[in-house]
Amino acid sequence: MATIELVQVEKKFGDFHAVKPVNLTINDGEFVVLLGPSGCGKTTTLRMIAGLETITSGKILLNGEDITDKPARDRDVSFVFQFFALYPHMTAKGNIIFPLQTQGTSRSEIEQRLNEVVKMLDIQYLLHLRPGALSSGDQQRIALARALIRRPRAFLLDEPLGALDADFRETMRAEIKSLHLRTKATTLYVTHDQIEAMAMGDRIVVMSAAIVQQVGTPAEVYHDPNNMFVARFIGSPGMNLIPGTYSQGSVQLPGNNVCPVPETYRSTLDKYGYDKKVVVGFRPEAVIPSANGVLSSQVYSQDLHGSYTMINLSMNGEIIHGRVERSANYAINDIVRFDIRPDMIRFFDPETESAIKAEVRNV
Amino acid sequence: MSNVDLNNITKRFKGVTALDHISFDIKNGEFFVLLGPTGAGKTTTLRLIAGLEILDEGDISFDGSSIAPLSPAERDVALVFQQYSLYPLLNVYDNLASPLRSPLRKTSETEIRKTVEDVAGKLRIGHLLKRKASNLSGGEMQRVAIGRALVRNPRIYLMDEPLSNLDAKLREALRIELKHLQKTQESTTLFVTHDQIEAMTMADRIAVLNQGNILQVGSPYEIYDHPATTFVAQLVGTPRINLLAGEIHDGNVLIKDSEVKFAVPNEVKLPSSFTLGLRPENVHLDDAGEFSGVIELLEPLGVETILHIRSGKQVLLSVIAGITPRKMGENIRFSIVHERLSFFDKEGTRIVT
Repeated sequence: MATIELVQVEKKFGDFHAVKPVNLTINDGEFVVLLGPSGCGKTTTLRMIAGLETITSGKILLNGEDITDKPARDRDVSFVFQFFALYPHMTAKGNIIFPLQTQGTSRSEIEQRLNEVVKMLDIQYLLHLRPGALSSGDQQRIALARALIRRPRAFLLDEPLGALDADFRETMRAEIKSLHLRTKATTLYVTHDQIEAMAMGDRIVVMSAAIVQQVGTPAEVYHDPNNMFVARFIGSPGMNLIPGTYSQGSVQLPGNNVCPVPETYRSTLDKYGYDKKVVVGFRPEAVIPSANGVLSSQVYSQDLHGSYTMINLSMNGEIIHGRVERSANYAINDIVRFDIRPDMIRFFDPETESAIKAEVRNV
Repeated sequence: MSNVDLNNITKRFKGVTALDHISFDIKNGEFFVLLGPTGAGKTTTLRLIAGLEILDEGDISFDGSSIAPLSPAERDVALVFQQYSLYPLLNVYDNLASPLRSPLRKTSETEIRKTVEDVAGKLRIGHLLKRKASNLSGGEMQRVAIGRALVRNPRIYLMDEPLSNLDAKLREALRIELKHLQKTQESTTLFVTHDQIEAMTMADRIAVLNQGNILQVGSPYEIYDHPATTFVAQLVGTPRINLLAGEIHDGNVLIKDSEVKFAVPNEVKLPSSFTLGLRPENVHLDDAGEFSGVIELLEPLGVETILHIRSGKQVLLSVIAGITPRKMGENIRFSIVHERLSFFDKEGTRIVT
């Protein structure tokens, strides 16, 4: 069991700042996801914790002990890359017990631990097969078993599902999460896929451009993003972000639209300033079409997603996504009137891209 | 733009049948999507229409006349590939203009300018016209590649996974642009993809292809609501459809190893055992529901939450709006929407209702 702490951890490759100072605590038993686009520094962060990358400054603590200068093999964390790294000439069983054999673990101990992981992952029927005879999903189960059998204090997973097709990813995502619920092993999981992050993480660390943009639960990063990057990155599509100008209780939007500001944000925005540029943010499901809606836009396109329909509206060239009933049927260029669910409106400062957080909020 | 008809076409590569007597038609102005996994025969179909491969059997016609005697150039199709092929040393303007400067066409430079600027505007790359192709981002390059097809007025646009090299956010944005363009221009388009979301969101009609055979042709609604086989049912929709073994007991439908049981829908004639298809959005959390279960797993995606509900030995996926305050391990009650069920026989073929 492990608590991992990063204190002002920073990484430079020459002049290139790969990770700017980050502070983060991963609690014992927690599943934390490092999420961001490629090149944001998430894998470097993970590799520093594993000891595969030196750190430029700062320190890393494992259960309070400073492990900054400890070599990787002594850190007692298990690193799983793409799961496919199995030995092709060994059976699944041979692959799973290999780490214990190299440690000189006794035969009875190996047998006992093998039984344990086999039960946990339900892979008895695969043990005698070689990796070449296994599906990619089963190969990953074997690789997971190999990581589990070591009983490490923490798991570090680097895009383990990246190489799988969409269907398999969905299955494995649920499997890894339920495995975590059973083992309660501290886990740090790297991905660029926001759906994976939301589905799996107890908390999500959103990174971009070497900086941690937000640390929060799925609900926090979804409903209360710290800034416009997080608002856009989380959700598919991301949050609608429409530029406007604030004046006395409402925001002037493109196409002569006026968006009323909920009471909870009034005083904050009054302080922010009149006639000041502001960005209005709202999720696609906050768009409520209604004959008397205060806002209006033109239909740009509409698509069926199976269980719902997405209407894409043009508000004077700004595209707004609205998630509506699947039976919705609009024609291109139709005018749609709609309201925004008041509890789902957010505001951002276009200069800093930071969220303007309400002083009072009744959620 | 043309009506395109594929009639019983077969293609073999060294004895391996890539396409096995397939037929479908693409109507003038239609956005038609070929959907299937890798190796299904999608790209082969597209290349046969373009004249880049030669048919072994069957015929393809444009507006009722066979194109078999026509060379690829004479077929007058416009292709967009997954790998954008631009002239790296030319700027965006010249890349867009080059298809019009082909000696076959003899378009005046004034006309070319008008067309290029028009297309660039539609694809939102008007500000990039002077930029060298090698200095563009991936998304911009693919817009230019699509633009190179759009400057022409061919009989059909053939697009082979044009969005799959882009990241998720760009793909989303370009998907919407492409659909808007296609709808406003009413251009005939054959779009090949393995991505069910692209197929569902863009198509007027979808043909599902697997191992050289067409499993179903229909509108996105038909494919989603009335899948012809279990393969099609699983191919579209996220999270995927629940496929559950069912049997008949005392006139009731029983989902094996679970407590889910309900009267056989009137109009259906079911064999003694079958597979039941149930979309996750049709499994409702419902305090007054007929069935009880345990929440085994919660996946909060933001706009919705996926619930894995255990009932007996079965696990059913359910989707509910928003991020739920419910907890894993919680006992719940649920109901299912009977009108939206699909039934399949042992071979996985839909039992017609």
